[in-house]
Amino acid sequence: MNSAVLPRDRNLRTGMITVLLALAMLALGFAAAPLYRIFCQVTGLNGTTQRSTTGVAPGGVVGKLINVRFDGNVSPSLPWQFGPEKRGARIAIGARQMAFFTATNLSSEPITGTASFNVTPDQAGQYFTKIQCFCFTSQTLKPGETVRMPVIYYVDPAILKDKDARDINEITLSYTFFPDKSAVDSGRTDG
Amino acid sequence: MTDTTATASHFQAHEDHGHHDADHKPGFFARWFMSTNHKDIGTLYLIFAIFAGIVGGAISGLMRAELAQPGIQYLQTWTVLMGGAPDFDTALHMWNVLITAHGLIMVFFMVMPAIIGGFGNWFVPIMIGAPDMAFPRMNNLSFWLLVPSLLLLIGSTFVSGGSGHGAGVGWTVYAPLSTTGSAGPAVDMGILSLHLAGASSILGAINFITTIFNMRAPGMTLHKMPLFVWSVLVTAFLLLLALPVLAAAITMLLTDRNFGTTFYDASGGGDPVLYQHLFWFFGHPEVYIMILPGFGIVSQIISTFSKKPVFGYLGMAYAMVAIGVVGFVVWAHHMFTTGMSVDVKMYFTAATMVIAVPTGIKIFSWIATMWGGSLSFKTPMLWAVGFIFLFTVGGVTGVVLANGGVDNIMHDTYYVVAHFHYVLSLGAVFSLFAGFYYWFGKMTGRMYNEFLGQVHFWLFFIGVNVLFFPMHFLGLDGMPRRIPDYPDAFTKWNQLATHGYEIMAFSMIFFFVNVFWSMFAGKKAEGNYWGEGATTLEWTLSSPPPYHQFEQLPHIADDHH
Repeated sequence: MNSAVLPRDRNLRTGMITVLLALAMLALGFAAAPLYRIFCQVTGLNGTTQRSTTGVAPGGVVGKLINVRFDGNVSPSLPWQFGPEKRGARIAIGARQMAFFTATNLSSEPITGTASFNVTPDQAGQYFTKIQCFCFTSQTLKPGETVRMPVIYYVDPAILKDKDARDINEITLSYTFFPDKSAVDSGRTDG
Repeated sequence: MTDTTATASHFQAHEDHGHHDADHKPGFFARWFMSTNHKDIGTLYLIFAIFAGIVGGAISGLMRAELAQPGIQYLQTWTVLMGGAPDFDTALHMWNVLITAHGLIMVFFMVMPAIIGGFGNWFVPIMIGAPDMAFPRMNNLSFWLLVPSLLLLIGSTFVSGGSGHGAGVGWTVYAPLSTTGSAGPAVDMGILSLHLAGASSILGAINFITTIFNMRAPGMTLHKMPLFVWSVLVTAFLLLLALPVLAAAITMLLTDRNFGTTFYDASGGGDPVLYQHLFWFFGHPEVYIMILPGFGIVSQIISTFSKKPVFGYLGMAYAMVAIGVVGFVVWAHHMFTTGMSVDVKMYFTAATMVIAVPTGIKIFSWIATMWGGSLSFKTPMLWAVGFIFLFTVGGVTGVVLANGGVDNIMHDTYYVVAHFHYVLSLGAVFSLFAGFYYWFGKMTGRMYNEFLGQVHFWLFFIGVNVLFFPMHFLGLDGMPRRIPDYPDAFTKWNQLATHGYEIMAFSMIFFFVNVFWSMFAGKKAEGNYWGEGATTLEWTLSSPPPYHQFEQLPHIADDHH
């Protein structure tokens, strides 16, 4: 210990170090928001689905079938009707698949909506890969308009090698449409 | 075993002189409102905590009254008294406000101010031989931030919280209930209250760390510090690292509520589960923040009343460090039902159970300290031994709940309520009472009444066990927490629990009578009224200590063993 340093200065130095520690933890707390999103996208945590980078499916694995169920919900603040055309399908793992959802704008003004999504069981998230999806962008519907929206996806054959996920025989893909908060013509009616 | 705590006889010589101006006190307003004296600030913290404890305890009385019978008995009346609408939904909102207020008040305004702000301020500087805290004016700021914080929380019960007056979001303030689920300013006020309380604790933590690292008397090495000082040091680090994360989490709640961000809102790409991760990254260290100083207090008391140094001093100190470190990597055991993969659950289960090891070391060492000691069961010792028993019960149910698979069934039942009340309401609170009786004479200069103290202990001990033990059975039978009504089948145990509350509340009469009577008419306390077992530095001073102690620093000699 340097005896030339006054006790007061030593206290200030220790105090500043602790202040910096606290500020670092504060920054880490805020940084957790983007880090968590990236972590979910990478690991499929909480049933976050994957997005295909190549746009092609690996091709079906012979004899390996899995059930996929479709689910569509609408936020109470969005005056739309929305749901899957078919309740489900039995598909080959690895094969490119297409499913359709329909949405109808029940209101008298154009509204932009955006869909959030996930799959259950959560462990299937990292193997459920979308090639194309209406959820990648926001959708604007004119008053009374009905649109058919496709989702092109495949179930990654790697699921068969994961000891936690290989016993899954049914995956539920769920969408919920919300008013797009970034759009100006948002149909939000309340807070 | 080496005697690692400083021994009183080493310093006696240094205290015989230099007392001429040590006891000069400023006038009333300057002394209590602009205080920079660690003992006065400690006293303010203790008064604040006792007031908050009365409020928080009264709220739990309202809850136990409502829960004494199935159905809704009193909630509507209380809602009307608080100026709300007399309908059923508003009454249920009232319930949420009660559980929220009880939790927040007991955690942030009773246990933490008492155990860290109160006893920490009073005795950490004295125990390390320092004249005061490192930053006395910041110490004043720490305390006075708590007052507006509590006022904000109390004020929030008079404004709208969405479905009724007050913030009804639980002490965890989970999104989306706290964001889109609670319109009105009550939740904003509650969040700001947490911000202030958090800032207060962070400043306090900075002060304690600096004091303990830089202001120890010559010869007082880290490995000679009393265990209470060690416990406050570890706690201060937990505060410093955990509270900023809470601040960030609840700031994002505020922006989600008021400025249209979507950190926790799925409709904008956010995730409410993120809030739970951030909250519990703070929340789990927080429960150790509440209990670690209690460990320290109990260690001092067990040693004093066994007339032996603490068994395994270094093991005790580093067990607290280990609990603090591991406490940061177990948070998701509060979130087992949010849909984690098996591997993640396995990790959090195992990591949580690991904490039982250092905790077990502490329990073992306390018992080993008593073993072969010259025991005297004065009131503080009764509370300390009661602490060991009850904390062990709570620890055992904690190991049960640590299992991810078991928790799927127990989650959010009264079993969890029983568990955390055994470790906090019975653990932390018993250590608070233990410390209060142990140091009452030192702080006030007058002895408490031993008979009243013992009656208080036994009634309180019986009361809280009757109150909380049946909750294990209710929880195992599936009674969910946070709901004011239940099926008829749960009536008997709930009635019994309410009777337990009555016994506990009755015992508090003895406490308050004892405090007021002893403060004015108690026997004058000597400097070291516990005798040879009390070896830490506060016992080398008069009772109460001079306004400024250690004008000449004590020298702690090397022990020759």
